Amino acid sequence: MPLVKHGAFVANEWVEVADDAALPSDGAVILSLKRWQAERDALAGRNGKFGIRLPADADPAVIRADLDRFALIVLEFPKFNDGRAFSQARILRQRYGFAGEIRAAGHVIRDLLLFMARCGFDAFQLAPERTLDDWRAAMREFSVWYQPAADARVPASELRHRALAAQ
Amino acid sequence: MYQYDAIDQRLVDERAAQFREQVRRRLAGELTDLEFKPLRLMNGLYLQLHAYMLRIAIPYGTLSSRQMRRLAEIGRRYDKDYGHFTTRQNIQFNWIKLENTPDILDALAEVEMHAIQTSGNCIRNVTADQYAGVVAGEVEDPRIYAEVLRQWSTLHPEFSFLPRKFKIAISGAFPDRAAVKTHDIGLFIKRNGKGEVGFEVLAGGGQGRTPVIAQTVRDFVPKAELLAYLESIMRVYNLMGRRDNIYKARIKILVQSLGIEKFRALVEEDYAASRDSGSPLPDAEIARIAAFFMPPAYERIETPVRAFEAARFENREFARWVQNNVVAHKRPGYAIAVVSLKPEGGVPGDASSDQMDAIADLADEFSGGEVRVTHEQNLVLPNVRQDALHALWQKLSKHGLATPNLNLITDIIACPGLDYCALANARSIPIAQRIQERFADRERQELLGELRIKISGCINACGHHHVGHIGILGVDKQGEEFYQLSLGGSADENASVGKILGKGFPAEQVPDAIEKLIATYLDHRTDGEKFIDTYRRIGIEPFKERVYAAG
Repeated sequence: MPLVKHGAFVANEWVEVADDAALPSDGAVILSLKRWQAERDALAGRNGKFGIRLPADADPAVIRADLDRFALIVLEFPKFNDGRAFSQARILRQRYGFAGEIRAAGHVIRDLLLFMARCGFDAFQLAPERTLDDWRAAMREFSVWYQPAADARVPASELRHRALAAQ
Repeated sequence: MYQYDAIDQRLVDERAAQFREQVRRRLAGELTDLEFKPLRLMNGLYLQLHAYMLRIAIPYGTLSSRQMRRLAEIGRRYDKDYGHFTTRQNIQFNWIKLENTPDILDALAEVEMHAIQTSGNCIRNVTADQYAGVVAGEVEDPRIYAEVLRQWSTLHPEFSFLPRKFKIAISGAFPDRAAVKTHDIGLFIKRNGKGEVGFEVLAGGGQGRTPVIAQTVRDFVPKAELLAYLESIMRVYNLMGRRDNIYKARIKILVQSLGIEKFRALVEEDYAASRDSGSPLPDAEIARIAAFFMPPAYERIETPVRAFEAARFENREFARWVQNNVVAHKRPGYAIAVVSLKPEGGVPGDASSDQMDAIADLADEFSGGEVRVTHEQNLVLPNVRQDALHALWQKLSKHGLATPNLNLITDIIACPGLDYCALANARSIPIAQRIQERFADRERQELLGELRIKISGCINACGHHHVGHIGILGVDKQGEEFYQLSLGGSADENASVGKILGKGFPAEQVPDAIEKLIATYLDHRTDGEKFIDTYRRIGIEPFKERVYAAG
């Protein structure tokens, strides 16, 4: 699956480790929430970055205390129209101040990309046939927004009143 | 009326361009029908029984004459010369060709209209009191906040893929004409003990297969906090609402299963943590939007208005229309005129392109160029001088638009039913027409007084049958259309869900059954008592006995 980050395809340095598989001694690994919760203390001295895959039905609060141990959180879209991860991402970014990578995985369709970016996702696991041009076009489909979110886009009400204040 | 600035216009233009590209990809075979479906649904394009249906948003039911003319033109050019005004204050065109939809969206964008979020599991068109701004006793004009909500809910990045569709209604006056308590979120504009204006926020109302009356989440939310507070409700719902069963996915089911106390606690907990990162609602933005809804320059008019009183005295038909279809305006000498889209034997809510053009012209001539759509599927001219009512009535009559039946037994809400809809089990429109024919006698209608009949062709309840004084639900019984009656529903501030009367009837027996309900009411009513009040006083039993009596 091609991975887009900062507007470019990037190599995926992360290894997804199944719950029953042995953990490589070093390197970046992605663990399930279940495995993390079972082994978090034992993993304290391991050499290498941790990522966690948070299921769509998990409350982000369950990993809040551990956030500084993660460089990556994978959030899932089990179906394209299952929007729970949008809320999870905003909670992680805005409420908990998570600064690592938040990656969208699962049924990631082009028409969701802008919403994802707005909610704090910065990496996108795309369907294999997608091109970078496709990604860029999708990210350009809207240039104005009414709501503040987890990104730097300035919402309409603020733009309007900046304009008024400048007069 | 609100007018788009460059930001609003750009968003709608970009949306139209996006959809044009999506349609191109579909027609070129780059998208399968399955992939295209969620995209077209986000733009209000449904595939019905016979053709595509396009549902166009009419935010809080407010239209300019220019917009109404554009709708007439779309009906003429792309449909069969008519459109259908809906219970969500929107309009639907039933015979649309896919390849024409990009041009239609462009034509709409030119007049500051769109079809954004008229379907899909997102926040739908916000509805409001159709008499907003012109009725006496309003705390504040709900259109201001409905427009705030329209903008806030448009392409909301977090809440565009909810468990299920989400409907918000707002009212600023009593009685509640916006059916606030039957919505996912309902808002009553109110004043608190300190005289500040804010909102009572309700949640968990809805119709469908499980009708529920909304409950209060917070008694008072200050204006500045409205959007951030609603975001907390939306977030709790987005994260916790059921996604495994579409019939249990609305917020009402979540509120019911948690109980209102637990639901409220979750919302407040989220709000405490997120209020600072939520959508702000600055006073300056409220003021900017409110400026579009300033009242027109009303003239000081001596009342009673002699010409108007004389015309009522001289012309019984005009007097009847005034009696039934003209509503008191907040300014002396002015009136709110309701244009009934329920002529006997017509299709509730339908208007031909010629009628739409006529209404646009009459809005310009008599009502400051503004029209409202009601959730009862009628139209409103909100600012008519009383001394012009007679001329207005004469012109409406020429176009078949002066049916004097507002809120009477023939002013029926009906969903499109099996004549159009792929979900329906039974037809709704012919049932409405049969009842209208049976009770066509004007004097008899007036004798019966306010009586709200609402008809749905399936359990999804688009025709609001649960909240009809008399509700009619079409069901499929071994391949035959059957109709189940319910009594005692109401959609106002005393909202209640109707009770099922008993076993259903085949279509041809429905008017007789209604006749018996009416006879029971007439036998029991006290002076001036409405049907709903008699029902509430005597209960369902006397009605049941009469309807199901042997022979």
